[in-house]
Amino acid sequence: MTASFVAPPRRLVTGTIDGRPVTVPEGTTVLQACRQQGIDTPTLCYLETLTPVNACRVCVVEVEGSRALVPACSRAVEPGMAVQTDSERVRTSRRLVLELLGSSVDLSLCAPEVRRWLVRYRADTERFGPAQAPEAARDAARPGHHGPAETGGAETCAQPVKDDNEDYVRDYSRCILCYKCVEACGTDAQNTFAIAVAGRGFGARISTEFAVPLPDSACVYCGNCIQVCPTGALMFRSEHVMRGDGRWAPERQTVTTTICSYCGVGCNLELHVQDNSIVKVTSPLDHDVTRGNLCVKGRFGFQFVQNRRREG
Amino acid sequence: MDLRVEPGHASWAEREAVDGVLGTVPAWADGGERTAGDGRMVEGGHAARERRHLLLPVLHALQDRVGWISPGGLGYACARLPVPPAEAFGVASFYALFATVPRPATVVHVCDDVACRCRGAEALCQELTLRVGPPLDEHEEGASPGPAATGWVRSPCLGRCEQGSAVLVQRAGDPGVSGRAASHAPAPLDQVLALLAGGAGSAPAGRAVVPQAAAAPRDPGLRLLRRVGLADPASLDSYRAHGGYQALRRALALGPRGVIRELHESRLLGRGGAAFPTAAKWEAVAQNPVQPHLVVCNADESEPGTFKDRVVMEADPFQVVEALTVMGYACGAPRGYLYVRGEYPEAEARVTAAVAAARSRGLLGNGILGSSFGFEIEVRRGAGAYIAGEETALFRSIEGGRAEPRNKPPFPAESGLFGRPTAINNVETLGCVLEVLTIGGAAFAAIGTEASTGTRLFCVSGCVERPGLYEFAFGVTLGEVIRSAGGVEGGRPLRAVLLGGVAGTFVGPEALDVPLTFEGVRAIGASLGSGVVLVLDDTVDGLDLVRRIARFFRDESCGQCVPCRVGTVRQEEALARLAAGRPLGSAADETGRLDDLAQAMRDASICGLGQTAALAVQSAARMGLFASPPPGPP
Ligand SMILES: Cc1cc2nc3c(=O)[nH]c(=O)nc-3n(C[C@H](O)[C@H](O)[C@H](O)COP(=O)(O)O)c2cc1C
Ligand code: SF4
Ligand code: SF4
Ligand code: SF4
Ligand code: FES
Ligand code: FES
Repeated sequence: MTASFVAPPRRLVTGTIDGRPVTVPEGTTVLQACRQQGIDTPTLCYLETLTPVNACRVCVVEVEGSRALVPACSRAVEPGMAVQTDSERVRTSRRLVLELLGSSVDLSLCAPEVRRWLVRYRADTERFGPAQAPEAARDAARPGHHGPAETGGAETCAQPVKDDNEDYVRDYSRCILCYKCVEACGTDAQNTFAIAVAGRGFGARISTEFAVPLPDSACVYCGNCIQVCPTGALMFRSEHVMRGDGRWAPERQTVTTTICSYCGVGCNLELHVQDNSIVKVTSPLDHDVTRGNLCVKGRFGFQFVQNRRREG
Repeated sequence: MDLRVEPGHASWAEREAVDGVLGTVPAWADGGERTAGDGRMVEGGHAARERRHLLLPVLHALQDRVGWISPGGLGYACARLPVPPAEAFGVASFYALFATVPRPATVVHVCDDVACRCRGAEALCQELTLRVGPPLDEHEEGASPGPAATGWVRSPCLGRCEQGSAVLVQRAGDPGVSGRAASHAPAPLDQVLALLAGGAGSAPAGRAVVPQAAAAPRDPGLRLLRRVGLADPASLDSYRAHGGYQALRRALALGPRGVIRELHESRLLGRGGAAFPTAAKWEAVAQNPVQPHLVVCNADESEPGTFKDRVVMEADPFQVVEALTVMGYACGAPRGYLYVRGEYPEAEARVTAAVAAARSRGLLGNGILGSSFGFEIEVRRGAGAYIAGEETALFRSIEGGRAEPRNKPPFPAESGLFGRPTAINNVETLGCVLEVLTIGGAAFAAIGTEASTGTRLFCVSGCVERPGLYEFAFGVTLGEVIRSAGGVEGGRPLRAVLLGGVAGTFVGPEALDVPLTFEGVRAIGASLGSGVVLVLDDTVDGLDLVRRIARFFRDESCGQCVPCRVGTVRQEEALARLAAGRPLGSAADETGRLDDLAQAMRDASICGLGQTAALAVQSAARMGLFASPPPGPP
């Protein structure tokens, strides 16, 4: 819900970033200020359209006088604040966050900038030893208990893909637990609350109640969670099947922007077409009505339009 | 919200349990049959948001009644509240005392944490595995443990470290038929076997919990513990006969500002770990124009090695009720919450009874002691999560959520419980407040040192002759505390002391002369934390202890942020490799990895759990505690 009344002019605050003075309207986050300065700041759990959860900690910066580092994505610039974005402490923490993620989940389908950050921070995702799949099913993890610590390598979140409905699959071995899908399914967009974070610690996971398959949950297949997922953990079934067959070829795809014809709201659709078939549907985040969100008809209706053969 | 719930599958017992908290279903509502629930809380057609905070009590009711949170039971609770089932499952699966798969009705939680480890807890667990089988969580998941009516699990510290080898029995069943939960300590093998056989066992005589109060003559220096063993914890009259409610009277005479003025003069610092000035906290809330204000007493005490708040609540529960009332008065709050750790059934029962007694005698409710001040206290039960003791996580837990901490600012005085300006203090801090009012701020400040005023409770456990809860004026040295407890057991040499809890640091014998003041321990890079003094003699296996600490942090991480969620796993793995003699690369490589993890967890974690998760490990490494114990004299 966006309230649109005329806000009083905001006061300006001045601080420094990497020694350079910056003046921004009160309430501007350190991340926004960094972006204005052209400082590339890694983010994983942050998205313009969602409430910041500041959980991934890859965006941390050093603020003079603060004992711990602070998350740039959610901390507002304060008067006189002195921010360092590339100190030894910042680089170490960012590198460790990337190494820890890389050692526990499959980052191979993340956006290209994630690979860029892995290189920039010299993250060695293998340094904790060879990947070891967990012994017990992750959906059965009990809070406050875990099996004997792995001595042969690094325990991961590896698990089978959840392929339980016609529209999309969930491969939580790629999930970095950024909370974006939960927010999109909840108060930030969809208000369906079909999924939530369950368990705790390393056993924390995105789940329906009692891990029931999606068709038994409240899910309405709006696909808004897929839209925000940064890792490929949530994926159109069409894409998943084509990747499995080796037919997925982004270089052969075109994107056509159109307006959804199912109802009168006027949502923008981006149709991704490969070999004359629609293979997935997204929606632009910056659209002022939909902010990237659609309903099941816009998101998955294409399957009926082209009467696609069910594969797999 | 689109609720998809299946309340139809709830059993009669589950419906009754839920209705017992929420009241019976009014005739116009569907989804449940009418039962003769006791209707403790009445349905009022409130918005879902206003009832969300009842989720945790409802989950407790289900767990207590049928031994687990079943899909049907959860579905019924979700329909009644209403709460989306996925969210409710997220909450239920967060807490260690809740099961979301079927489990025996009686589960014995056996402490194998740091203090009990020094008293043979690991051997006890091994023996149990041999005699009755492995702990429940090591059974094949989902495979229900058959017809067994009982089972056992390993547990983090149960807050009875002074007795050594503690257990907690969680019993599900119809009300009145079986007790809900009970602690047993000391609990030797025979006792645990008897409990697992469904009996009560015969508890061996325990040690004196407060040796200074048991000694003849009684130590005259006791202040926070002055009533322990003298006043009847079940009697309000007895509490008043021993000086109770004088402090509240004094507070009402001083007025809210007067109380805060006395606190300023006392220079009282919080005892919950962060050592924040109490006066500043209360003042910020009292002056906040947003109404209503709330006050909270943090009795979640889960730091391994800590048992002070439990002793105070069990032995002198009215003290906590009176202090929270004073806090509400000074902060201008009409309501206070007392959040008691789920593993403390006896303490919870005592404070709940004390609240009821105070209410029946007009010491809670409207017009307290003839004033215009009105105040209510609600007792909330935790459900097995160390992280719920972190203040912002505690708020979320009461609100009916997963106990995940959040970044500060905003601080609780600005936005705390239910988004209200909130003051939160530890049980011991509140005890000090009563002392400040009783003797005056200036007199309180005269006790102890310049920067550490008043007295402090020390939880002494491990290899000492007389483990227990001790109270000393600040300034006492570590060596004096250990000597008061009879010295190292059997006169053996001291190897190390874990100071401040597992979020604290190990110190060596060279620290014996260090005064246990905030400033004194800071000078040696340590902290007092929750007052833990865990004494280790030369036979203790340092690496084993450090691995238990690493396991604790991994188990208790809320899982929100990457440095802590994954960092605690990698830390435990590195220590396991060292213990197995299979380092990845050289031992120096492992040290480098541990140092990197420590830095990132300290610097980039959201809350104090991740920020301190490597402290003890790092200090142990520096002291050479990983090396096997030197062969001692026979
Ligand atoms: C992981 C963690 C656990 C904590 N557990 C407790 C606790 O059990 N009891 C407590 O009083 N404070 C605990 N604290 C500290 C509280 O956040 C808070 O600082 C304290 O309740 C404030 O009270 P005080 O000012 O009286 O010390 C914990 C902090 C952290 C980071
Ligand atoms: S598809 Fe829509 S309703 Fe289903 S889980 Fe994703 S966001 Fe929620
Ligand atoms: S599934 Fe995707 S969006 Fe959801 S938490 Fe995992 S990585 Fe984030
Ligand atoms: S540091 Fe650990 S316990 Fe604290 S918020 Fe992060 S994951 Fe949760
Ligand atoms: S992007 Fe800031 S914490 Fe994740
Ligand atoms: S009760 Fe076992 S360590 Fe505290």
